Amino acid sequence: MLAIEIRKLALSHFAVAFGAFALAAVMGFYQVLERSDLIPALQSPGVYFASVSTHGVLMAYVLTTFFIMGFGYVTAVSSLKMPLWNLKWAWIGFWISTVGTGLAALPLLLGRASVLYTFYPPVQAHALFYIGATLLVVGSWFWCVIMIAMHRQWKEAHPGEPVPLPMFATTANAILWLWTSAGVAAEVLFQLVPWSLGLKDTVDAGLARTLFAWTLHPIVYFWLIPAYIALYSFVPKAAGGKLFSHELGRAAFVMLLVLSLPIGFHHLYMDPEQSAGFKLSHGALTFLVAVPTLLTAFTVTASLEMAGRSKGGTGLFGWIGALPWRNSMVLAGILAAAMLVLGGFGGLVNASYAMNAMVHNTAWVAGHFHLIFGGTTIIMYMATAYYLWPHVTGKPLGSSTLPLVQLWSWFWGFVILTTAWHILGLLGQPRRISTVTYNSPLTFAWDPYILTMVVGGTVLTFSAGLFVYILAKSYRQPETAPIQADEIEYAESLDPVTRVHPLLNGFRVWNIAIAVLMLVNFGYPIAQFFLIKTFGSVAWGY
Amino acid sequence: MHIHPLERRWIYVVLAVIGIFLLAIFYTAIARNIHPPSHIETIDSASLHLSEEFAEDKLGVWTQPDGTIKVTLVAARYGFYPREIQLPAGTQVTFRIASADVLHGIHIPMTNMGTMVVPGYVSEITTTFPKPGEYPMLCNEYCGLGHDHMWSKVTVVAKESWPAAPNAQPVRR
Repeated sequence: MLAIEIRKLALSHFAVAFGAFALAAVMGFYQVLERSDLIPALQSPGVYFASVSTHGVLMAYVLTTFFIMGFGYVTAVSSLKMPLWNLKWAWIGFWISTVGTGLAALPLLLGRASVLYTFYPPVQAHALFYIGATLLVVGSWFWCVIMIAMHRQWKEAHPGEPVPLPMFATTANAILWLWTSAGVAAEVLFQLVPWSLGLKDTVDAGLARTLFAWTLHPIVYFWLIPAYIALYSFVPKAAGGKLFSHELGRAAFVMLLVLSLPIGFHHLYMDPEQSAGFKLSHGALTFLVAVPTLLTAFTVTASLEMAGRSKGGTGLFGWIGALPWRNSMVLAGILAAAMLVLGGFGGLVNASYAMNAMVHNTAWVAGHFHLIFGGTTIIMYMATAYYLWPHVTGKPLGSSTLPLVQLWSWFWGFVILTTAWHILGLLGQPRRISTVTYNSPLTFAWDPYILTMVVGGTVLTFSAGLFVYILAKSYRQPETAPIQADEIEYAESLDPVTRVHPLLNGFRVWNIAIAVLMLVNFGYPIAQFFLIKTFGSVAWGY
Repeated sequence: MHIHPLERRWIYVVLAVIGIFLLAIFYTAIARNIHPPSHIETIDSASLHLSEEFAEDKLGVWTQPDGTIKVTLVAARYGFYPREIQLPAGTQVTFRIASADVLHGIHIPMTNMGTMVVPGYVSEITTTFPKPGEYPMLCNEYCGLGHDHMWSKVTVVAKESWPAAPNAQPVRR
């Protein structure tokens, strides 16, 4: 059973995360309706773009950061079996991030920060938005320091022993996040904040986009790694089996850390301010970051297959039917993998240096990241929340069937929504429009998919509501029969892990590798803005 | 490090698949010379109206002496100027685009004509339109509350209906 102070800490983080999620989900529903043009009274670009900006910030920054922090604290104390180092810092970090979220939410909700979650200068938001977003990140740095410190303390107390896999991965994520957030932090602190406060007249949009691209790719791995931790640690256990390979898992997390950083220019393929050579270099490394994901797919599938066969499944596919599909963790793992296969395919198209031109900034891209992020990543957050909820609240989950309904509807909602978006993208519909005004016969082909999108959005909104309902209902149960939830259990490895190579037990060498790769892939591309004559842009409203 | 024989086989498969993808990309980039628009050229977006190339009377479709076409466009809220242009099919067209204000993106759906337009930088993209027809040329990057309305019209006509290239000077159409 988790100590009461850890339960409180984790629950506070989850409350902010899922509160933001609920609000953002409702906005998502409004957005598909507005965008569909079905209800003329809803049409309003001002409200729509304020909503898109808020939806993006809440889902991508607030839900993720708070969930990852809360989950990280639970993982650290339960997998290392040691008390939390520096509870006070953890709370300071929580409050800095929470105040930052509040400060950023004000201008967002008032329509004074409709610059989307990607900032996009020289369109300028109210300074509070940039400052609030910065505080959200600064608060999360406290979490990073705590995770890295606990990893080190455990290693000092257990010389030569392998750090438990979930904590190894969590530390990798903390280090990843420190490296990742440096890019956007530089953009905000040196460019956007001074400019929005009127201390600087102009901003170089090219430099801003380059710094944002530093952050923009690895941030998705920051979001994804907790989902992978659940796939490696919880899913095999819930299926009644063991983890096929512990060491390959460690190797996968190291590769995610090292390779996800120097590849951000695949977001800038179509940009004029970077050269083809660096784009190609980032593009090639982008394909290598598919390797750890393919390894993960193998290890998790192999673990599930062993579990299925031990339950009497036979034949090439018989083990799949023998899996405990009514276990929410197993179900989420299977659905996450299915969405990862589809989304990964789209990702390979996006990453393709030349083919990207066909889909760049079309609805295809929104379809891709909703499938990978909303689908694969968030469905694992949901299953993890169901699993951890009794541990952090001390009360059983109210229902064992409703979570299954919720997870299935989340899956189908995304399949419907993102299939429509992928097709719309191929048919040329841009992302980020609030209505279709192009007077072209091309747009007639879009209509059926726009309707499909509304259906998908409706299913997802139902599912999101159900998720929050299940958690709230369980939390609000009367205290009459408090259960003593068991220990949080992580999957054991098939082969007992007694020793691992030091490279797979720490990060010093990998940090050096990252520094070298970042210098090679970002050094000159950033320096060029100070070497050539550039022209800044003044601020524009919207 | 202990690697199961099945894992080893899977790793080979993964590396082979990724290798094939990378070969295809490097082949198209190096042998076929297909690159995304990556033209580092700066320009002062605040004074396009005074520039050699992007002043109002310099915008539009120009036939080059070698028979190829050059199109100069200004992207500004909310349109690509000039708003309507005609181009020949089956002819190499080079677009040069500058933003007068914020970030824009330009895309002609169902073709591979697309690039971001970043203030302070000139975007350049060369393409050939295979089929005649009317195409919307739309903004695909959020640029303000009128973003939905930012589009211009491109009419691609058959090469035979396009006047022969003049010999001496570029001619504006």
